[in-house]
Amino acid sequence: MTDEEMTGYHAVSWKEPTIYELGRKGRRGFMVPRAEEGTRAVVGDVVSRIPKKMRRKGLPKLPELSEPEVARHFIRLSQQTFGVDSGISLIGTCTLKYNPKVNEALARSPKIADVHPSQDEGSIQGVLEIMYKFKKLLCEISGMDEFSLQPRGGAHAVFANASIIKAYHKINGELEQRNEIVTTIISHPCNAASPAVAGFKIVTLYPGEETGYPDIESLKVAVTKHTAGLMITDPYDTGVFDSNIEEYIKIVHEAGGLVAVDQANANCILGRLRIGDVGADLCHFNLHKSFSTPHGSAGPGSAPIGVKKELSKFLPVPVVEFDRGKYYLDYDRPQSIGKVGEFYGVVPNVLRAFAWIMTMGADGLKEASEVAVINNNYLIKKLLGIRGVSLPWVERHPFRLQEARFSLEKLKEEAGVGIDDVNHRIVDFGVQRVFASHEPWIIPEPFTPEPPETLSKEDLDRFAEVFRKVCHEAYTNPEMVKKAPHNCAISKVDPAASSDPKKWAMTWRAYIRKCKRQRSSKKEN
Amino acid sequence: MRYMPVHQYIPNSVPQIKRQMLKDIGVKDAEELFVDVPEKIRLKKKLKLPQPTPECVVRRHIESILSKNKTCSEMLSFLGGGCWPHYVPALCDEINSRSEFLTAYTGDVYSDLGRYQALFEFQSMIGDLVAMDVVSFPTYDWATASGDAVRMAALVTGRHEILIPKTISPDCSSTMRLFCESLADIKPIQYNPENGQLDIRDLKRKISSKTAAVYIENPTYLGLIEAEGEEIGEIAHNHGALLIAGVEPLSLGLLRPPGDYGADIVCGEGQPLGIHMHFGGALLGFLACRDDERLVSAIPHRLITITPTERKGEWGFAYVLPQRTSYSARERALSFTGTSTALWAITAAVYLSLLGPHGIRELAEAIMTNAHYAMKRISEIGGIKVPVFKSPHFKEFTLNFDGTGKTVREINKALLKHKIEGGKDITKEFPELGKTALCCVTDVHTREDVGKFALALEEVVK
Repeated sequence: MTDEEMTGYHAVSWKEPTIYELGRKGRRGFMVPRAEEGTRAVVGDVVSRIPKKMRRKGLPKLPELSEPEVARHFIRLSQQTFGVDSGISLIGTCTLKYNPKVNEALARSPKIADVHPSQDEGSIQGVLEIMYKFKKLLCEISGMDEFSLQPRGGAHAVFANASIIKAYHKINGELEQRNEIVTTIISHPCNAASPAVAGFKIVTLYPGEETGYPDIESLKVAVTKHTAGLMITDPYDTGVFDSNIEEYIKIVHEAGGLVAVDQANANCILGRLRIGDVGADLCHFNLHKSFSTPHGSAGPGSAPIGVKKELSKFLPVPVVEFDRGKYYLDYDRPQSIGKVGEFYGVVPNVLRAFAWIMTMGADGLKEASEVAVINNNYLIKKLLGIRGVSLPWVERHPFRLQEARFSLEKLKEEAGVGIDDVNHRIVDFGVQRVFASHEPWIIPEPFTPEPPETLSKEDLDRFAEVFRKVCHEAYTNPEMVKKAPHNCAISKVDPAASSDPKKWAMTWRAYIRKCKRQRSSKKEN
Repeated sequence: MRYMPVHQYIPNSVPQIKRQMLKDIGVKDAEELFVDVPEKIRLKKKLKLPQPTPECVVRRHIESILSKNKTCSEMLSFLGGGCWPHYVPALCDEINSRSEFLTAYTGDVYSDLGRYQALFEFQSMIGDLVAMDVVSFPTYDWATASGDAVRMAALVTGRHEILIPKTISPDCSSTMRLFCESLADIKPIQYNPENGQLDIRDLKRKISSKTAAVYIENPTYLGLIEAEGEEIGEIAHNHGALLIAGVEPLSLGLLRPPGDYGADIVCGEGQPLGIHMHFGGALLGFLACRDDERLVSAIPHRLITITPTERKGEWGFAYVLPQRTSYSARERALSFTGTSTALWAITAAVYLSLLGPHGIRELAEAIMTNAHYAMKRISEIGGIKVPVFKSPHFKEFTLNFDGTGKTVREINKALLKHKIEGGKDITKEFPELGKTALCCVTDVHTREDVGKFALALEEVVK
């Protein structure tokens, strides 16, 4: 690829003001339907019914725009956003696969969009049927016995699972004793955070230098009579599958604990491994990852939790059931942990994922996982040919599953350019940034690309070429990388507001207040 | 024999391409790449799932299942209670269908400037509505946002008791309890049986130096306007506790914003802001607080700040205290965050931009007028008490059927024959209120709709 071809990209750059700087006083963007005249005549001035001390004085300071101005503003903002449809996106741990448009059309049908959650069961048989059939599909895919569709994201699902583990030990009268959850540092951080919110102490295991995962002995030491359960991600965010998993499960079970496996990123094991068969007691899937629902700029996601039969009585209420030709919501579950959120979960995503599984079928699911893994290993091969790039545990694990966590330690040492700089530069070539790693960075200058099955070989070639060019540039013209981005909508942001309470402004009103204060203090000086 | 060797979503499923890639990797068979997965635990059989199915067949099949649903426009519905029918301007759907917003996830500010800016604008507009300087990334729903809020209060005050109104929705209190089980006890405050307002005497009895926060709702789950927000706030503050207010955003076109009556933390549900109901599957929790460093440090979710860039005339955005969230701090965060509801936050920003300051006031007035008209109209029917409580209501109100000798279930069943979904049956949720339903009337209901409802009710309770 010539330099010309590489650098032809420039992001849309509108220099779009904030919406508060647009519009003019008095403009309107929506004609509100007033209460009808007859209605008003009967009711009279409704505002006078509000006690004076609870009336709003003055209007909220919202922007004032006409509809065309609002449309243009948000269309421009969308143009300045790099979605999966926009180009190559390899943000690891996120499984940014293509989101089929037919599923979108179905999820936006009034037949679901315009349905209220408290309607009579006779009028919601369609949506309940989809929810019921979907949970059965997930049981088949995971080897679990029962699912709840209520959790709305991965961390939420892990919290729900931690709450079930808690309920289980409580009923057995062991909760006081069993107050620890064991996890690993290479598991998604919610496997530590969510059980901590549920009240557990967290014991964290670190990977062995040679293997890339904790050894059996360290787990044996960590698992004691205080262990409530093991909550880990497998495959890990390093793309390494922890082949001790079955042994871990045995050890934890023998000690009286439960095992929850975070399968948010299950893309590489669909149709190949069922964690329920391996002995896990709980798991969850992220429909916005492996099951193709759109990520929505960071949600709505959906993360159903699966459990073995003995734990199903603890699932959040209600559970969708089927009896004598009718689907219904079962609230009669006295041992349930209760609600983890309102109503029944992100139903439109359930519908999208249901359509996706139907379209793919068993063969398609296995094909997706196979090609995702081929894509990943193809990319590994290409990236490892680039000076400055290395892959920890490469000797032990030359092949990875859905993703791989590389290191730019060498590039940093030799050229002084690290992953943050590289990320700011690769976006200049019209590819999305890559995910570095959750913290703490146990791998120096980490980066974690994940190429799902919906990317083409040409995409991977181009991404590797961009990466090669940027790493080469780091050696030959490091300032170019450090001063990046150059072809994006904006230049480098001033990071001071990130940590300075005097400068941060999470709302426009805070910005105006702080700005004025700065201006007036400058005057005084 | 496979139905189709090449899959339409998988560009590299062409056998020749796969073979070439495997060759480049240096393996003969893709199975070699799964070497880390022990043979013993691999799935030996094929999953019992449908065959790969063409798009047109999938669509027909799912549409036929969905056709069994009845939508709120195919009948007359008076359901609310945490998910409400409001008109959704077409532009809201247009923007949240933009594939850039729909398919983006976690790019940084250089690749996803527009996403950052739209979310900052969401934060800003919620800030204007509730009169708070700090608003976070959105979260799942009102219930989980209230769970976050009470945890924040307990962490910031170091106290372990939360006082909540007895009239809170059961979904909300159940979620809240689960969220702070390990951190704080939740104690209900009685309500005044006449007007449904928080019983100030009971509050004064129960509040103590152990109280981390007093949580109130405005309007309450039962639809009425809590008039004593300010006094409740003063009582809380006099005991060193925080005031948390849970709010419905459209009501803030008319109601005093909680930031003006002493709230330290505000949460609520943004679904009324341009988002379809989706069977309760499209909710948008929001969380706001005073611009106080201790509170900000306790917020579980990401926060976007506006900030300058190196070039003049550009706005940049950045995350505030990123090391505070569970992404970085793991269990030390004492909270969790993750994929939330950004697409709906962007939608809410579009909605509020369209409405503007005058629009939201007019809309709130129209909703409240329609609801009061419905209450008036229904109150003319013998045997029905409406509303149960003598207080001003916003868009929801209670109907008591004790005087009719019929249960809510019986009445609602009979209403269905008139193609009407009556109010939500809350007899089990609040047994002390008798046979009571929670009704919702908004901007989508016409005078004629209310008339039909009243006529049907009249016939049904006879």
